[in-house]
Amino acid sequence: MIQARGLSKKYGEKTAVDHLEFTVRPGIVTGFLGPNGAGKSTTMRMILGLDRPTEGSVTVDGKAYADLPAPLHEVGALLEARSVHTGRSAYNHLRVLAATHGIADSRVHEVIELVGLGDVARRRAGAFSLGMGQRLGIAATLLGDPGTLILDEPVNGLDPDGILWIRNLLKGLAGEGRTVFVSSHLMSEMSLTAEHLIVIGKGRLIADLPIAEMIGSASRASVLVRSPDAARLRELLAGPDVTVTSRQAGELEVVGMTAPQIGDIAAADGIAIHELTPHRASLEEAFMELTNDSIEFHGGTTVGAHDEAARGVA
Amino acid sequence: MSADAVPGRYVSRLAVDPVSQRSVITSEWLKLTTLKSSWITMAVGVGSLALLGGVIGFFTNRAWDQTRPARQAAFEPVAASLGGVRFAELAIGVLGVLFVTGEYGTGMIRSSLTAVPRRLPVVWAKALVFGVTTLVLTEIASFVGFFIGQAALGTHSVALSSDGALRAVIGTGLYLTVVAVIGVALGFIIRSTAGGIAALVGILLVLPGVFLILPQSWQDDLGPYLPSTAGSAVYDLRPAPGSLDPWPGFTVFCLYAIVGLVAAAFVLNRRDA
Ligand SMILES: Nc1ncnc2c1ncn2[C@@H]1O[C@H](COP(=O)(O)OP(=O)(O)OP(=O)(O)O)[C@@H](O)[C@H]1O
Ligand SMILES: [Mg+2]
Repeated sequence: MIQARGLSKKYGEKTAVDHLEFTVRPGIVTGFLGPNGAGKSTTMRMILGLDRPTEGSVTVDGKAYADLPAPLHEVGALLEARSVHTGRSAYNHLRVLAATHGIADSRVHEVIELVGLGDVARRRAGAFSLGMGQRLGIAATLLGDPGTLILDEPVNGLDPDGILWIRNLLKGLAGEGRTVFVSSHLMSEMSLTAEHLIVIGKGRLIADLPIAEMIGSASRASVLVRSPDAARLRELLAGPDVTVTSRQAGELEVVGMTAPQIGDIAAADGIAIHELTPHRASLEEAFMELTNDSIEFHGGTTVGAHDEAARGVA
Repeated sequence: MSADAVPGRYVSRLAVDPVSQRSVITSEWLKLTTLKSSWITMAVGVGSLALLGGVIGFFTNRAWDQTRPARQAAFEPVAASLGGVRFAELAIGVLGVLFVTGEYGTGMIRSSLTAVPRRLPVVWAKALVFGVTTLVLTEIASFVGFFIGQAALGTHSVALSSDGALRAVIGTGLYLTVVAVIGVALGFIIRSTAGGIAALVGILLVLPGVFLILPQSWQDDLGPYLPSTAGSAVYDLRPAPGSLDPWPGFTVFCLYAIVGLVAAAFVLNRRDA
């Protein structure tokens, strides 16, 4: 269980994390979501005692990380930035960490096999590919068999196989009753892994809800209708809870009515329908809608004077 | 260790010890010995201390008859056989810096501090592991250097029992051990390899030279207290006038290392990693 209370971090004038309050519960995968620069990595570094909060506090199982007598046994962490000496072999890297907790060599071999690095464990970590480095990071995370796992963008740099592997690994770990806290800026990835979401933007908490609720709350269902007689159909569909917009002739976007309802109305009046497509806002769109106001870096779509104006606003 | 009372909560069966100063020392020992660069740099330092004296002795002996009388009079056989100390000092000091800054450069420090979040045990362990390793190896190398050097000097050699010789030989290893600790401290304070090495060279080698351009009274009053000047009193058998005595000088040198280490602990504790 991870608990943040009023957690804040300033770097000089810049507020990276702004009074965050949340609880991460055991037994499920909790996704930590937010656009680039939202403060996810900073929050995770504060949980691990690497960065000192400017204000507030964060605890793991009721204790500040630095007060844990055997931290690797309680919390396993995969950081965003590489944190392995490039001159040391994977095996020796893990032995160095194991030594601090008196963890047996047999456990080192166990996690090496678990992440599939058995063949390259004696090679310099500096020669590892991005994916192999990520696997070594996971091995270090699991080394102390911790009850809490904190992973900052673990799928970064992994191929589809690797992504699937992480997804199943995390679900499995949570299934054993562990607390699993995973950050990502990809909603689609989280929707496949996490049961619960904590969403932040510009360092502030935006949402803290089960993923099912996120899908329900933000999805604005609409129906796309194409008909040669669109104008007449539009009049028939009009109602107090229904909005109809038209982007081009012969095409309608209907919100507030289901596809079957629209089809029935058209049939009753003999209006021909060429297309009737229900459209649910994707999770990605829901996420964008949620974080739209708190995006740190808006990408310009055109280059030139327009861009300058955008920067002035940000 | 976890709250096993909560139903459904994961309970690990892995045997784990709480982090202790001892376990951190074991870890730092593994860190030092599992890097190729440690072995190479240490070999350069220890090798030059053990072997350079022999080279110096051999050439001194061969050129003795052509050497001017003034230089013959100034010749000090113990120092000649320990001539590798300047080189060893650089290698060991640099390795001390690298032992720490290598972790900052690669990001390893984040792994180290997540494993040991109280942080300070890492400072003490690094200083202890590298200090003791240096002490053992440089004492051996210093004796080897002395004997090879004296053998090469032939008729111009002295015995280990001659006045101050034993102190100088042991003192050379002690001096290098303190250099090792200063290197580690500078690594923590400066965190970058280039900066750390620059600071090390500046303090040990450049500072005494810079002092030569200061007013004479400053040179006389403060000069002997410069780190490397004070420290070298322990192995220098022909000290410059006004130098500190061997053991007081060495004590001053040790104080620099202790202050450096305390500063290292202080900044490591305060800064974000
Ligand atoms: N050490 C630091 N010094 C100064 N500013 C920092 C530092 N670390 C982070 N920041 C700033 O704090 C903000 C939050 O950064 P953080 O890395 O936590 O975001 P993030 O959510 O992890 O983003 P991403 O998805 O890109 O990884 C950013 O604006 C960043 O520039
Ligand atoms: Mg990040």
